[in-house]
Amino acid sequence: MAISGAADARPARAAFYNDPKVRGIFYQLVLFVVVLWLGYEFVINARDNLRAAKIATGLGFLDNTAGFSINQTLIPYTESDTYGRVFVIGLLNTLLVAAIGIVLATVLGFIVGISRLSPNWLLQRLAGAYVELIRNLPLLFQILFWYLAVLGALPGPRQSISLLGEVFINNRGMIIPRPVFAEGSGIVLAAFALAVVASIGLRVWARRRQEATGQQFPVLRTSLALVVGATFVALVATGFPITFEKPELRGFNFAGGLRVIPEFVALLIALVTYTAAFIAEIVRAGILAVSRGQTEAAYSLGLRPGQALRLVIVPQALRVIIPPLTSQYLNLTKNSSLAVAIGYPDLFAVFAGTTLNQTGQAIEIIAITMAVYLTISLVTSLAMNLYNARVRLVER
Amino acid sequence: MKSVGTMLAVAAVLGFSASASAQTLNAVKQRGSLICGVTQGLPGFSSPDDRGNWTGIDVDFCRALAAAILNDPNKVKFTPLSTKDRFTALQSGEIDVLSRNSTWTLARDTSLGLNFAAINYYDGQGFMVRKALKINSALELSGASVCTQTGTTTELNLADYFRANKMKYEVLALATADETIKAYDAGRCDVFTTDVSQLYAEKLKLTNANDHIILPEVISKEPLGPVVRHGDDQWFDIVKWTHFAMVNAEELGVSSKTIDEALKSDKPDIRRLVGTEGNLGEQLGLTKDWVVRIVKAVGNYGEVFERNVGSGSKLGIARGLNNLWTKGGIQYAPPIR
Repeated sequence: MAISGAADARPARAAFYNDPKVRGIFYQLVLFVVVLWLGYEFVINARDNLRAAKIATGLGFLDNTAGFSINQTLIPYTESDTYGRVFVIGLLNTLLVAAIGIVLATVLGFIVGISRLSPNWLLQRLAGAYVELIRNLPLLFQILFWYLAVLGALPGPRQSISLLGEVFINNRGMIIPRPVFAEGSGIVLAAFALAVVASIGLRVWARRRQEATGQQFPVLRTSLALVVGATFVALVATGFPITFEKPELRGFNFAGGLRVIPEFVALLIALVTYTAAFIAEIVRAGILAVSRGQTEAAYSLGLRPGQALRLVIVPQALRVIIPPLTSQYLNLTKNSSLAVAIGYPDLFAVFAGTTLNQTGQAIEIIAITMAVYLTISLVTSLAMNLYNARVRLVER
Repeated sequence: MKSVGTMLAVAAVLGFSASASAQTLNAVKQRGSLICGVTQGLPGFSSPDDRGNWTGIDVDFCRALAAAILNDPNKVKFTPLSTKDRFTALQSGEIDVLSRNSTWTLARDTSLGLNFAAINYYDGQGFMVRKALKINSALELSGASVCTQTGTTTELNLADYFRANKMKYEVLALATADETIKAYDAGRCDVFTTDVSQLYAEKLKLTNANDHIILPEVISKEPLGPVVRHGDDQWFDIVKWTHFAMVNAEELGVSSKTIDEALKSDKPDIRRLVGTEGNLGEQLGLTKDWVVRIVKAVGNYGEVFERNVGSGSKLGIARGLNNLWTKGGIQYAPPIR
């Protein structure tokens, strides 16, 4: 199998500086050096200007006492805590609204997106109207609308709307009973966790069995019975250690119980409805991208419409849906910084807002805040990319 | 919008020009106008009237400064700033002077790289509540929700006061004064807190102003005044002495009505003030008749006060601490000589 014929007719070699490869590397190097130089100049210049204006620099301010209060803290906080802790609280508040927002927006988005393709005329038109209305109005406007709607519609604390005398809703928020964990609660929680793990195991087992034998198993009902039953048995066995602290009207507002502030509710509703409108369109596009033949094939196998959707169409549509869905998740997270307009204490409001103003460390704080949003976005992207790799079409 | 402002300011600090020792006075003269940072609308201090003209005690200070430098009180460009953005705007050189009811504190004077030039209003923080709550003292406010503006000394004083008196509270900190008063009006908060002068001004914006009362307690010292950047002492002097000139004019009985007689006066201290004797204005980098320009443009300190926040205004605030030292107040200016 030797190649015959000498390579004597080789083309003449061009000069190295005309070699496209060498040129490419050269230009890239030049660009790299220019970018580095620019960055260096920015840093040095900023430092010199700050020094000339005698403005304090550095991250030392993070250890100083903050001295102001925050109305929603997921971890304990008092005014004598540091700006560092304020940063953590702001970050947690941002993550809270982003995480809950992403879950709810996904659910709502899928429902609306699928409804738009529904054969039911009314449902289809309603979903269409929803999408066109919500996604064409500015988000900031929607946040303010929900905030004023929430505040305007609700009564003061003394005229609170009461649900069964346990949950109270007024313009200071929604107050629900706070669970109090006495001794023995650990056992209950452990039983609950164990039941959840067992349910997941059951599901895996049921799927394997179905793949092997074709027999189905009622996973949902069994899991539900398992979780509720195990928790209840544990509760009885330990003598009901988990009690609830009832909110009580005292002075200006309710004391005791857990309170969800109206700013959180307004922001969450606005973010969820807004993002869901975009997700709905993505879902619709994804489903339409699955060829009609797949649906027909599923029906001819005897699958009901719901099953066909769940087992055949959505898994294939996901391949189209996931990448644009990721950018909607990133948008939701970044848009949560609009919280500042209604006083929800997210990272941008308490750290890049109040803390910046009290300390004057603009460059450090803006840099930290940018780094945080960047990190959150990159982590979200990474997770979604991993998931995308899983649902990718496996070609045989 | 706020984020854009902050980013611009950061970009400006990062920018290549803007050396901190630039002569602000020359810059203002060359530009032909003064850029003055004011509030986004606080009646009595700085707010646009129904024809879009800025009025208020802080606005008049800027006009006085423009009159002294450019001989025209209208050559001022007003930049409305939120409490959050105000110092960054000054640091970055976006504005020449910040005349925006800002409280003088040690931290701001030092680590922010700013100089407070004078105190043109002695204020203190107070509380406003609904009459229906039947509360007579701030000490009865335990458990209340309090609306305040973010990034202010108010927010810190509030925390200190409730902590010191072992009272609980919930704070709702909003970015602008308008959002804050709206949240209070909507019933989101029981209490609205800010400087007393501002309470009177914001009260006018409420749906039923008469349903609200201002509690007697004043819980802090809030000396408000114009602010400049570190690093330009000449500019610092000009801003400082513009205020002192207005106070001295009042003390010597020189007002916009009596300025022409003052120019003919043979009293030595009045002659020095109006520049018919000596060259004190030139030592500042201005002209001999700088005080005449100021008084003709806006009047003396007393006139400015009464017109904007005092008896001649809707606010009707008494002079109190802001009266001259000779009349029971603490407004006191070093002599012009």
